[in-house]
Amino acid sequence: MGPHTHLPVTLSVNGSRFPLLIEPRRTLLDALRHDLALTGTKKVCDAGDCGACTVIVDGRAVYACLLLAVDCDDRDITTIEGLAKGNALDPVQEAFIQHDAFQCGFCTSGQIMSLRALLDANPEPSDDQILRAVTGNLCRCGAYLNILKAGRLAADMQRQAAADV
Amino acid sequence: MAKLHIEPKQSEEGEDGAEFQVVEDEGILAWDADSELLVVGQSYPRLEGREKVTGRARYSSDVRLPGQLYARVLRSPYPHARIRNIDITKAEQSPGVHAVICAANVPRIAWYEESVLFDATVRLVGDEIAAVAAESDELAQDALRLIEVDYESLPFVTTIEEALRPDAPKVHDGGNIAGEPTTYERGDPESGLHEADVVVTGDFETPCALHNAFESHGCTASWEGDSLTLWDSTQAIFVVRQQVAEKLKMPEHRVRVIKQHMGGGFGAKQIPWKHDVIAALLSKQAGRPVQLLLDREAENMAAGNRNPTRQHVQLGAKRDGTLTAIVARIEQSAGAYRTGGEASNVSGTYQTLYRCPNVRTEQTAVYTNTGPAVAFRAPGHVEAAFALEQAMDELARALDLDPVALRRRNYAEVDQLEDKPFTLPEGLRLSYDRVTETFGWGERTAQPADSVKRRGVGFAAHDWSGGTGHPPGYAWIELNSDGTADVVTGTQDIGTGARTGLAQVAAEELGLPLANIAFQLGDTATGPYSPVSSGSATQATIGPALRAAAADVKAQLLEVASVVLEIGVGRLSVRDGRVLVDGDTERAIAVGEVMQKIAPHTLQARGARAPNPADMTIRTFGAQCVELEVDTETGEITVLRIVTAHDCGRIINPALVDSQVVGGVTQGVGFALSEERIVDTRLGIVLNANLEEYHVPTVADVPVIEHARVGVPDSAANSTGAKGIGEPPLIPTAPAIANAVFDAIGIRFRAGPLTRQRVLAALAARETNGSGEADS
Repeated sequence: MGPHTHLPVTLSVNGSRFPLLIEPRRTLLDALRHDLALTGTKKVCDAGDCGACTVIVDGRAVYACLLLAVDCDDRDITTIEGLAKGNALDPVQEAFIQHDAFQCGFCTSGQIMSLRALLDANPEPSDDQILRAVTGNLCRCGAYLNILKAGRLAADMQRQAAADV
Repeated sequence: MAKLHIEPKQSEEGEDGAEFQVVEDEGILAWDADSELLVVGQSYPRLEGREKVTGRARYSSDVRLPGQLYARVLRSPYPHARIRNIDITKAEQSPGVHAVICAANVPRIAWYEESVLFDATVRLVGDEIAAVAAESDELAQDALRLIEVDYESLPFVTTIEEALRPDAPKVHDGGNIAGEPTTYERGDPESGLHEADVVVTGDFETPCALHNAFESHGCTASWEGDSLTLWDSTQAIFVVRQQVAEKLKMPEHRVRVIKQHMGGGFGAKQIPWKHDVIAALLSKQAGRPVQLLLDREAENMAAGNRNPTRQHVQLGAKRDGTLTAIVARIEQSAGAYRTGGEASNVSGTYQTLYRCPNVRTEQTAVYTNTGPAVAFRAPGHVEAAFALEQAMDELARALDLDPVALRRRNYAEVDQLEDKPFTLPEGLRLSYDRVTETFGWGERTAQPADSVKRRGVGFAAHDWSGGTGHPPGYAWIELNSDGTADVVTGTQDIGTGARTGLAQVAAEELGLPLANIAFQLGDTATGPYSPVSSGSATQATIGPALRAAAADVKAQLLEVASVVLEIGVGRLSVRDGRVLVDGDTERAIAVGEVMQKIAPHTLQARGARAPNPADMTIRTFGAQCVELEVDTETGEITVLRIVTAHDCGRIINPALVDSQVVGGVTQGVGFALSEERIVDTRLGIVLNANLEEYHVPTVADVPVIEHARVGVPDSAANSTGAKGIGEPPLIPTAPAIANAVFDAIGIRFRAGPLTRQRVLAALAARETNGSGEADS
C-alpha cells in the first residue's frame, strides 16, 4: 500500500455520518480540518503536546492529532462545532464567555472539549478534577485562572439546568 | 472637514524616511477623572466571544478557498552553508504538486539587509531554501523530500561568546557585530562609582525565549488577475501590504491583507516574513490559492525569539540609598539576521527607571547562526529588568534597606533622557502603593514547618516605553438611519480584546449602547490606515481616533435633532441611545427616531489620531510582589502568589485588562522558571523546537495572580486617558521571582531561567564551597 492509496472510512461527527476516502497517514485532526472543513479544532503542535486539537471520541477527550482518521471508522466524534444546540450555547461555552476564559482563542476549543468530557463523565467535579481535566491543554495567553473559574461555573450551570428540568 | 496642518516630523520616529507629519485637531477634550462614562469602564465580554467558543472564528489558518493548495518550505539542516546546487526536477514531478520555487526561478528579492529571499548562503538551521505547493499538506511534504540540495558546510557560531571571539567564523561578510553598537552617557559614571559608599557588580544572562504563539506564522495567498489577497496571521496588515507590494513590485492598492482573528503573536508577527512572499509566488506560479503555515518546529527555529543577552551591571549608591551611578554593558544575540522588528532596547530601563545623575549604557548586538530575534512582549525591558531589578535587590541588602524603600528613594520625577516631565509622574508611586498594600509587603510569612521547603518574597519594578500610541491611525463611523452605527478601523485585534475596548470608546462618545455598534477591523481593503499592533499601542492609538470620529458624528446628530425638536443645539446631548434635552426630560427622543426623520440619509465622519504630546513623555510604570516556596531537595520553585500593579491610565474594560495582566504575568513565570531555547552548539540545531521540551507554563504552574488596579486616567497622554497594558505585566515577574528565591534560600541566580537543574546545582555548590552565588 503506497503513501497515496486512499482508504474508505466513515467519520461520524457531531451526529452526521461522512463517508470519505482518506490517505492512511492523515490524522483525524487533518481530516476534520481539511476533509470536513471543521476548522474549529486547531492545529498547534501536531504532536500531542498542547491539547489544542482535543475532541471527544466515544465519550473521551482525545488529541485529534494523535489519531489516524482511518482508525476512527464509525466512532462517535464530537467537535467544538457540535456543542451548541442551535443558538443555545453549551454551559461550558457560556461560562468561557462570562469568565473571559480565552484571549486569542486558539486553545479554546480544546479547553472546552476537555471540560465537556469531564462534565459528561462527572457532573459534580471537584476543583482538583477540573484542574486535572485541563492540565493537558496549554494556553499561551495565560487564561488559565479564568479557565478554571469557567469550569466551575459550567458545572454549576449544568447542575442548575438539570435541577430545573 | 477636519483641520489639517503639516509640520516637520519629530526626529525619534523618522526611520521610515518621512519628513513631515500631518497634524489633525481631534476637536475634543480628553476625558478626565471626573468624566461620567457609561460604557467605558465596564467589563463587557469580548465582542468575538461567541465566535471563539463555537469554533466559528475564522483565523488566517482556517481559510478554505476553492482549489486551495498547501505549501511547505524546505529549510536548511545546516547552521551555515553555501548552496552549490538545487535540483527541483523530481519534486516538480511528484504527485499533486503544482508549484516549486527556489532561487533559480523567482526574482531576486532583497531581504534582511544584504540578503535575499532564497539566499545562496544559509545562516541558520531553518533558513528558507525552496518551497512547494501541492494538493495536500502531505503531498507537499513528499515533494519537499525530493528536492536535492548540494551544500558546502561552513563554520558557524551559536552563542554571543563564540561570535565575539577574534577568530570567530563570520555570520556575515562584514563580521559578527550587528549594526552600530549604541552608547549612552550622562553625568560622570566613573566619579559616580567612586563617590559611592556601596557598589554592586553583577554579570547577568537572560535566555532565548520562544514566542510559541499557538497559531504559527502563515498565510493564504490568492490572486485574481493582478490583485493579490493575503489572509495573514499578522499584527500589522498595512505593513504587510506595503512590504509585500514593494517586494513584488506591485502598487499597494493591488494587495489586500486580511486578518480577522489571530492565535497570538506576542511581537513575532509585527513584521512581514518570507512566508508572505513565498505563498504569493507559489500561488502565482500554480494559478491557485496557496496556504502556507509554518509547523511548530519551523516556528521555533526561524520565526523569531527573544534575544538572549549578557549584561554586566554596576550600581553605586550612598549609604542612604541614593544612586550615584548606573553602568551597564549589554550584549545581545540578533541571531542570523536583523529583521528590523527587534525593538530590543535593553539599555532603556537603565536610563530611565531610577533617578540617577551618572549613567552609562553600552549595547552591542551580535550575529549568531541561530534564528533571528524579533520583539517579544516588552522586548529589551524584560531582559534588562531581570538584571537591573536583581542588582537593586542586592543593593538594598548591601545597604540594609527595604527594597521598596530603596526604589522610592530613587524615584524619577522626570524623563531624564529627554529632560521632560512624565504625563503621569505619580504613576510609578501609585503602583508601589497599590502593590505593596495589596500584597502586604513587609509582613513576613512564616516558614513552613517542613524545613526542606523555604519561603521567600521578592519585589521588582518596571517602566515601559510603549503603551503610548503610535500615531497616525484613523477611524470611520457611519450612523445608520435606525440609530445604530458601523464603526470601521484598519487595526488588528491580536487576541488582546482590542475589538471590545475600542468599540466601547466609540459607543461612549457616540452616546450609544455597545450593542448598537458594529465594529470592523483587520482588512486593508475596507478600513483606513492603522499602524502595527505592537508596543501595547492599539488602544492608545485608535481609541482617540474613534473618539474624534464619534464626536463629529454626534455633533451632526445634534444639528439634526435641533431641527427636529426645534431646540438649540446647546441644550442637547446624547446618552445611552437617546438625545436628551437639558431641563426637559419629557422631550428626550431615541437616536433612531431622530435618524428616521432624515432617512435614508446617514451621518458619517472620520477621525484621526493626533501626534503624541511633544513636551511630555508617556510611560507605563508598574511593580510586582511575589511569594514563593523553594523545595531544597528537588530544586522545585513553587510560586504561591503574585500581586501586580501597573499605571496603564484609564481602564477601559476591567475584566479584559485583568486578563491581559494575568496572562502577561503567566508568561513571566515561564520566562523566569522554565522557558529557554536550547541550541546544540556542535550542530546548531534547536533541540527543543516543540512544546514537549520547550516548557511554557501549564495550568498547574500558575499561582494566584492578583491585579491591583491603579486606574488613574492619564489625560495628558491622549484623549481617552488609556495607555497600553499588553506588555508591561511580564517585565518585573522574573526578577521579582529571582529576588524571592534569594530571600528564600540566599542564592542569587544571575542566569535564567531558574530551572530545577540550576537550583539543585547551586544548592550543591553551596554545600561544597559555601558560596551564595549560582553558576550559569
